[in-house]
Amino acid sequence: MSDLTQLGVRAIRDGVAGGEFSAREVAEACNAAVAEAGALNAFIVTTPERALEAADRADSARSAGETLGPLAGVPIGMKDLFATRGVQTTAASHILEGFVPQYESTVSQRLWDAGAGMLGKLNLDQFAMGSSNETSYFGNVSSPWRRAGSNAALAPGGSSGGSSAAIAARLCPAATGTDTGGSIRQPAAITGICGIKPTYGRCSRWGIVAFASSLDQAGAMARSVEDCAIMLEAMAGFDPKDSTSIDMPVPGWTKALDASLAGKRVGIPREYRMDGTDAAIVASWDQGIAWLKDAGAEIVDISLPHTNYALPAYYIIAPAEASSNLARYDGVRYGLRDLPAGANLQDMYAATRAAGFGEEVKRRVLIGTYVLSAGYYDAYYTQAMKVRTLVARDFIDAWARCDVILAPSTPNAAFALGEKLADPLAMYLNDVFSVPASLAGLPAMSVPAGLDEAGLPLGLQLIGQPFDEQGVLDAALAIEQRAGFTAKPERWW
Amino acid sequence: MSVDRAIVAKIAALARIRMDEAAFERMVPELNQILEWVEQLAEVDVTGIEPMSAVIPQPLRLRDDVIDADPLTGGGVRDAVLANAPAAEHGFFGVPKVIE
Repeated sequence: MSDLTQLGVRAIRDGVAGGEFSAREVAEACNAAVAEAGALNAFIVTTPERALEAADRADSARSAGETLGPLAGVPIGMKDLFATRGVQTTAASHILEGFVPQYESTVSQRLWDAGAGMLGKLNLDQFAMGSSNETSYFGNVSSPWRRAGSNAALAPGGSSGGSSAAIAARLCPAATGTDTGGSIRQPAAITGICGIKPTYGRCSRWGIVAFASSLDQAGAMARSVEDCAIMLEAMAGFDPKDSTSIDMPVPGWTKALDASLAGKRVGIPREYRMDGTDAAIVASWDQGIAWLKDAGAEIVDISLPHTNYALPAYYIIAPAEASSNLARYDGVRYGLRDLPAGANLQDMYAATRAAGFGEEVKRRVLIGTYVLSAGYYDAYYTQAMKVRTLVARDFIDAWARCDVILAPSTPNAAFALGEKLADPLAMYLNDVFSVPASLAGLPAMSVPAGLDEAGLPLGLQLIGQPFDEQGVLDAALAIEQRAGFTAKPERWW
Repeated sequence: MSVDRAIVAKIAALARIRMDEAAFERMVPELNQILEWVEQLAEVDVTGIEPMSAVIPQPLRLRDDVIDADPLTGGGVRDAVLANAPAAEHGFFGVPKVIE
């Protein structure tokens, strides 16, 4: 039998349904791949028994002739930001170490209901704050990729870095991610996989550890556009427990996939031609334009004039919301408690949060507290929220001229672990192409476009109109078909 | 605008994060670097622009005004609520003495 870990979501599901192999065989193969990949540090905890239980359910359902769910027999990785009943959920922080949720997040529950099984909880940047997976309390994740002729460990991107590494290394066919400012698209791009963030509100935020609630959105990561569509269809849907959940039916994105772009207009934002972008990224963008033209699309020049201000606005808004959301970690109701001798309640709060939060989390909580404090609120926070209106308005104006936007996903290929860690600002700049769509709540996706000179993957980003995940997926499919991306990391772990 | 040690000490107190001297020495220049960079927002003309209030505009919903409309988020789950508490005592969250 061929190596089952090489198969994607659709191939596994159809193979199980068709009896080519059992779900248990798939789960065992993936469990073994996960167990052998300790060097990647992609998982915080592994749950092989959960994967086997779901597989056995799929196999018995098939024997009994029952209708199988759309993900029956598919083992997946779960970003450790989703609350999973009975399985430790940490957001990669010390302050939540040992926290065992008594409830299941809506998105993960929907995936289990669709038949998926859980291989484990995937590592991430602490509280999803980071672009390299180096802020995790549980250690760095290594990308399975390496530069040609080098053994230097590379970052898998972040914050969904455990997800991207695990999928690229063939530990799992798909995983969940969350995207606040690019945390699905950036890691997907630099590890040569696909990742989609849907329109804000498509996926319920209930049970996802909150970072910046007006930006956080769950999404799907996998090795093909179609696999992402299958995953996202299972994850999305109205949830009355999330006040920003969209009460709209989830379209059949997978079935409607169509790579023919005749009659579609693809916008190329001129402000995304930025100084400091790698030449290889610019070349891949030009190649992407040619591919979409070949798929029948009309290419139009568009302007998103406030692009340069999106990132600084984001680094006020996201920390502001984080400082509020993370106020809940107080050493009283769950998680870590640090109670120095003789400490009063206030001392306990301060000691607990000092011990429980990592440096980047503290930095953002402090920035957020500052920009929301009396005397500074209008100058920083209100101004940033006005700029956010302008960034969103840029896109609304663009939709008069185009149906979907093509841009790079990242300004560079994967960087080495440690390379940007000393300079928070350099790390923030990695999100320059992904943050504008996040501020506007738009669906956006990264799809592999090719390799650079060092043999590292580069991604292209598609940005769509609100609720038009289909347009994003279709354009991504057109690129996927033309890019013919089959490269995979050589196994060293 | 830049922050000095006194301002960072004030916001650290507001944020309930204890910081030692080494942390201040590290954090003050880092925060100033970030604040200096976000200053560029001041140059954007926002005359007549409303701050964004909803990413995807939609009316806010109200749930049915009944007890335990959703049993999961309703009451009667004390043990589950306390299950992860670092110091649960007699069915309550335990904290250091707050009355002198």
